[in-house]
Amino acid sequence: MVEIGHFALVLAFALSLVQSALPFIGARTRQDRLMAVGGPVAITAFAMTALAFLALASAYVQSDFSVLNVWENSHSAKPLLYKITGTWGNHEGSMLLWVLILTFFGALVATFGRNLPAVLKADVIAVQGLIGAAFFLFVLTTSNPFVRLSPAPIEGRDLNPVLQDVGLAIHPPLLYLGYVGFSVCFSFAVAALIEGRIDAAWARWVRPWTLAAWIFLTGGIAMGSYWAYYELGWGGFWFWDPVENASFMPWLAGTALLHSAIVMERREALKIWTILLALLAFSLSLLGTFLVRSGVLTSVHAFATDPTRGVFILALLAFFVGGSLSLFAFRAQSLQPGGLFQPISREGALVLNNLFLTTATATVFVGTLYPLALEALTGEKISVGAPFFNLTFGALMVPLLIAMPFGPLLAWKRGDLAAAGQRLYAAAAGALLVGLVAVFFVDGVTAFAAVGFGLAAWLLIGAVTDLVLRAGIGSVAPAVALRRFAGLPRSVFGTALAHFGLGLTALGIVSVSALQTERIVAMKPGDTAEISGYVLTYDRMEPVRGPNYTEDRAFFGLATAGGRDLGEIISSKRVYTARQMPTTEAGIATRGLSQIYVSLGDPAANGGTVVRIWWKPLVTLIWLGALVMMAGGTMSLADRRLRIGAPARRKIRPATAGVPAE
Amino acid sequence: MTRKQKRLAVIAGALVFLGGATALTFYALGQRTSYFYMPSDLAEKPVEPGQRIRLGGLVEKGSIQRGQGTEVEFAVTDQEKTIKVVYNGLLPDLFREEQGVITEGAFDPAGVFVADSVLAKHDENYMPKEVADSLKEKGVWQEKSGG
Repeated sequence: MVEIGHFALVLAFALSLVQSALPFIGARTRQDRLMAVGGPVAITAFAMTALAFLALASAYVQSDFSVLNVWENSHSAKPLLYKITGTWGNHEGSMLLWVLILTFFGALVATFGRNLPAVLKADVIAVQGLIGAAFFLFVLTTSNPFVRLSPAPIEGRDLNPVLQDVGLAIHPPLLYLGYVGFSVCFSFAVAALIEGRIDAAWARWVRPWTLAAWIFLTGGIAMGSYWAYYELGWGGFWFWDPVENASFMPWLAGTALLHSAIVMERREALKIWTILLALLAFSLSLLGTFLVRSGVLTSVHAFATDPTRGVFILALLAFFVGGSLSLFAFRAQSLQPGGLFQPISREGALVLNNLFLTTATATVFVGTLYPLALEALTGEKISVGAPFFNLTFGALMVPLLIAMPFGPLLAWKRGDLAAAGQRLYAAAAGALLVGLVAVFFVDGVTAFAAVGFGLAAWLLIGAVTDLVLRAGIGSVAPAVALRRFAGLPRSVFGTALAHFGLGLTALGIVSVSALQTERIVAMKPGDTAEISGYVLTYDRMEPVRGPNYTEDRAFFGLATAGGRDLGEIISSKRVYTARQMPTTEAGIATRGLSQIYVSLGDPAANGGTVVRIWWKPLVTLIWLGALVMMAGGTMSLADRRLRIGAPARRKIRPATAGVPAE
Repeated sequence: MTRKQKRLAVIAGALVFLGGATALTFYALGQRTSYFYMPSDLAEKPVEPGQRIRLGGLVEKGSIQRGQGTEVEFAVTDQEKTIKVVYNGLLPDLFREEQGVITEGAFDPAGVFVADSVLAKHDENYMPKEVADSLKEKGVWQEKSGG
């Protein structure tokens, strides 16, 4: 099976070469037959890669330690779930997942791109093929997961324990679906540049791919954040770690792309800019891959460092980023520039959004790469951490978030800011009220935090305002309003949901930053500790033997200050036997939207155990908000306009309400 | 306004905005970053008490002393110079004697380094990169086999 997988991988590489060459030649010489080769080849390349992936996964499931990669990262005593997820819990396997998803998107374009113009489709598939070929070469030459080991060892070295977690089963595939999903936008942009033709229909084809990638990336980042929160035992949800930034930059650029593509689709403006963003979003994904996979950064993600890999990915990065940007520089002039528009209008607001998002991307970029550049140039080592990002990124986000509710309320072409402002009276009043209540009635809220609470309320009410006004709730008869509400285009719901989700995430972040309380106490069995109205009683410590670890499990009883019992919190210190590596398993109790987080430290001098307890008010909103954003994206994706997507039907204007969605 | 004037106005606005963002970024880079030092770097180039830095090295053997509650004292060494560190909080899982560590904080007036965060490696193959590089330069790095 392993050899079949290896063979399939080589075959997929060869197919990708064909896929990058034949449709491209066909498109240039206008030969339909050559162009038609692309689709089936792309689908076959995906099938071959899937076969290779299955072969590796089955080697993991069977604990076949004659495969070097399995021996390095698995253990026969590991639970089955983690044997499977361990397939991508290492460098080679995760690169295989990367190309699997890349070919998957290639196959999707081939399958669902039926009403694309033949030349565009051929070019897109060819560019996908070229990316694929480059990465297959990378996998085969520097990161081959199918290398055999002889003689085969009896036992494997086990997977890094912090990666043995359900969160990790989901995080990389989601993240890669996002990262690599932008490759389709990239291919579309390159294809448009090659042909020198771009129009609103192009934006309509690109938007669903951008949306899909964005949804997955949002999920991947949120999952990674939640994983870090509960698994690393520090109780933090975002560390501005370079590796996190690596995934955050494509997200910011992708969010900008999502919004500029709307302008291009509706108003035929911002064409060149949209192309540039499409190139940038995937370039930043590639940069992220480089940062994480090359070992320039040390983190949980840097599985093993091998200089040849770094150089290879750097070469790929230079080729694709440099190549596409040069193509852009040469060809952008030949694209028909779009029209200009009034600054106060929907499109003006979207431009503002783009300005802020791309600048924010740039600050994250500088903060992430500056230490690397400085060290390479002067040898000085500095750390750029949260203080830097909070100042620069925060300063950019505040005006953007203030402006956000205005956007959907402004009309296309020529908006009326005063009218939009009037409609937002309710949101402004709500925000003010929340801010004032927070500062006067909640303990520990500074003026600064109160502004944060007000801003979150502004976003939440602002997002709902658009829906309320469009449906006419409160101004027409309830039955009519209900009918109008149901008849609203799904993209309107999508926007409102996504913006609402961002408001939820903002509320969670503000709440945790401003109101979380923390206690570090040395406790012996029988001791109690009080935190924010809850009482934690340390009951006992028990040794437990797990499948591939041993742990000391501490049992805590949780009760309200009034003495009402709220159940048990279990927190433990594990040692994974194969690697002799300790990990902290935090105990978390969820109360409504808030959480109590207990993590164990070392033995204290008095014979007890150091226990760290946090009260994290509304912390779950941070990730629930991301889920709501994803729901918004999905809703938008289901919009009729995107599903039809053929240029001939452009006359249908779904913005006129009353058209049923199905 | 003509088309050209409009375009100029947009470009000028964007430039002012970008200029502001750039200035902010440089300001933040100057103010909000901390430099990394090894103990012997500090002997050559002392830093003011109160200035935030990152101090890295190995945890000296036998230097870990637990105080009341969560207070911990240990010494960070690069085999040439040693600096005493006090820290109040939970230590990372992989904090051990003779292992690489990075602490972040500032010196108090008495010359003791007061750390507010302590980072150790994530797994047994991981040594903080800054520490590994500096130790290699000083020739006290030993390749340890993993596992």
